[in-house]
Amino acid sequence: MTQRRIHASLAASPQPRLLRALTILATLGFASTLVLGLFVAGTDIQQGPVQRIFYIHMPAFFGAFTAFGATVLGGLIYLWRGSEAWDRIALAGVEVGLAFALINLLTGAIWARPIWNTWWTWDPRLTSAAVMCLTYAAYLMLRAGIENPQRRRRLMSVYGIFAFVSVLLTLFIIRIVPDTIHPVIVGASPQNAQGSFEATSGVVLALLPSLLLWLTLMPITLMWHRYRLALRQEAVDALKLKLLGG
Amino acid sequence: MSGRRLIEVQRLSKNFGWLPVLRGLDLLVQRGEFVLLLGANGSGKSTLLRLLCGLSRATSGVIRIGGWSLPEEAQAVRAQIGLLAHRPLLYENLTARENLDFFAALYDIAAAERARRRDNLLQQVGLADRADGLVRGFSRGMQQRLSLARALLHQPDLLLLDEPYTGLDNAGCAMLDELLTAASNSGCTIIMSTHQLERKPAHIDRALVLADGSMVYDGQVNGDLAALFRQATASA
Amino acid sequence: MKSPFAAAVRAIVSKDLRAEWRSRELVSAMALFALLSVLVFSFALELDKNAREEAISGVLWVSLIFASLLGFNRSLSLEHDQGSLDALLLTPVSRSAIFLGKLLGNFMFTLLVALVLLPLMTALYGVQLLDSWALLTTIVGVFGFSAIGTLLATLAVQTRSREALLPIALLPVCLPFLLTAVRATKGIVSGAPQSEWQVWLQLLAAITIIYLVLCLLLYRFVLEE
Repeated sequence: MTQRRIHASLAASPQPRLLRALTILATLGFASTLVLGLFVAGTDIQQGPVQRIFYIHMPAFFGAFTAFGATVLGGLIYLWRGSEAWDRIALAGVEVGLAFALINLLTGAIWARPIWNTWWTWDPRLTSAAVMCLTYAAYLMLRAGIENPQRRRRLMSVYGIFAFVSVLLTLFIIRIVPDTIHPVIVGASPQNAQGSFEATSGVVLALLPSLLLWLTLMPITLMWHRYRLALRQEAVDALKLKLLGG
Repeated sequence: MSGRRLIEVQRLSKNFGWLPVLRGLDLLVQRGEFVLLLGANGSGKSTLLRLLCGLSRATSGVIRIGGWSLPEEAQAVRAQIGLLAHRPLLYENLTARENLDFFAALYDIAAAERARRRDNLLQQVGLADRADGLVRGFSRGMQQRLSLARALLHQPDLLLLDEPYTGLDNAGCAMLDELLTAASNSGCTIIMSTHQLERKPAHIDRALVLADGSMVYDGQVNGDLAALFRQATASA
Repeated sequence: MKSPFAAAVRAIVSKDLRAEWRSRELVSAMALFALLSVLVFSFALELDKNAREEAISGVLWVSLIFASLLGFNRSLSLEHDQGSLDALLLTPVSRSAIFLGKLLGNFMFTLLVALVLLPLMTALYGVQLLDSWALLTTIVGVFGFSAIGTLLATLAVQTRSREALLPIALLPVCLPFLLTAVRATKGIVSGAPQSEWQVWLQLLAAITIIYLVLCLLLYRFVLEE
């Protein structure tokens, strides 16, 4: 049985038609949201063209939550049913989500350079986004440290759940509560609320499709590809073991 | 309960990753049987014992013990199993007596019964005069004796022993044989793994030989173990 | 409470306390580490009179969490290396009882360290940390991160290089405790009106409850093979 599974996944199984369709759709969608954001939406009067990065910056942040959410779902179902497929989904979620979160940080820094006059500042929002990246980097490091595959899947399912809960709680604590008890941060740190712009109909027109794309099509397509990659990795590992074990 | 049958194992497989350790074992053990489990290092003996006591999960297959299936009804199974493993499974910073009292509490043995059983067992394994010594100061053999007492504490229906002779001196081995005979006579089912073929406990009902995760012999023991083992592994 | 569950929890806690009483290696190492960390922070941050109030609660909590890392790791390593974790798993005791037993032991050890730090820091920095609200915050916070720390230490002992991995696993996940506990303590110490800091204490309690429930539900998956 094991033997057959190795061959099945190694015999470079062609991409399912649905995946190919999703890939094409996601590529086209990304191209058209770029057109919307770069050319159709009007230039911001105060900030100039750099404001356009927002059409990727914000959707990437929320898209990361689709992926991290998939990690929680995958973890829960793995613990419940014990099927390896759900663990692969959980891992794919972490990697895709981490990539999105890094895109979010990077685009934010590019935007902040001209607007805030600095690449980075220890604003609570920025800090919490960085914490999110570090939490999932910790996930990957922990995952690499567990040799027994069954044990790795089980333990990482649990950690994926805690990582998500702690990221949500940290975001909640950092963002919502200071605003509710301190409507304006005392001493008005110079960057606070600096660089805001109005959500005009032009902005919404460019933002909404992009947000939708990053929330659904992009993470799902990327995770599916990552899932297939995980299958191949496992097949390669099995082959290695077979060769070593004789 | 379920008649005379205590252990029922069907098509039991266990993989570590892609590496198969057990390959589709079938096994039936009747109540009160004393079964010897033979096999070279890495043949899957310890893995089989860990699966039977619920410390490890099977990749596929069925394990039923006393009518309960693992891992779904593990809680019920655990109460009837005693395990003597490679490692002593004791607390070094507690005394022998405290170790047994601790496990007695976890096995929910009635308070009145606890002291009597504990003292009896300490006597039987020859540790009565070291009852208040810290386990940290015990030799390997003494730890093995105390482990045996821990495994017998809750009077299990099934006793699993993984290489029990390791670390025991001659007197210790004789004591172990004596205790096992007593347990066996009182109806306890025993499965004991060993690779020491020169030592054969009295009253063995049956021997199993594992080779590379498969059962290559299941039957009676006539003559000495070494010959049986050689035959079984050669034909495999 | 005479149920087997409560009896098992009690047996595990008293076992840990007794073993610790004998060796004293856990609490003494934790306490010494916490003291050193307070000292190091004092030098590194040059905690003079002005910086003090702002920084002191942060120093307290970071020192506590660092010290607890040491303790949790040791406590679970002891179970793991002697194989006694397997012995616990062999017993018909509920996995939640094992968790609660280990948690209560870890909680008591860490709280003990906190009870050393609070008066000491009060004396050293002239800040009033010996306040019943500050004490309550300490108890709730220590309990909360002991819960997640116990679970993650059980997870980390099953990995390679666990000494390195436990901090990496624990620090991001216990950030919600750090954020709320530091702000609550800071508010209490600075003598601000209760209305200003009580929301942090409430949040801390809520987070503790969320984590505790999750740990109770998920601990058996961390143990099972």
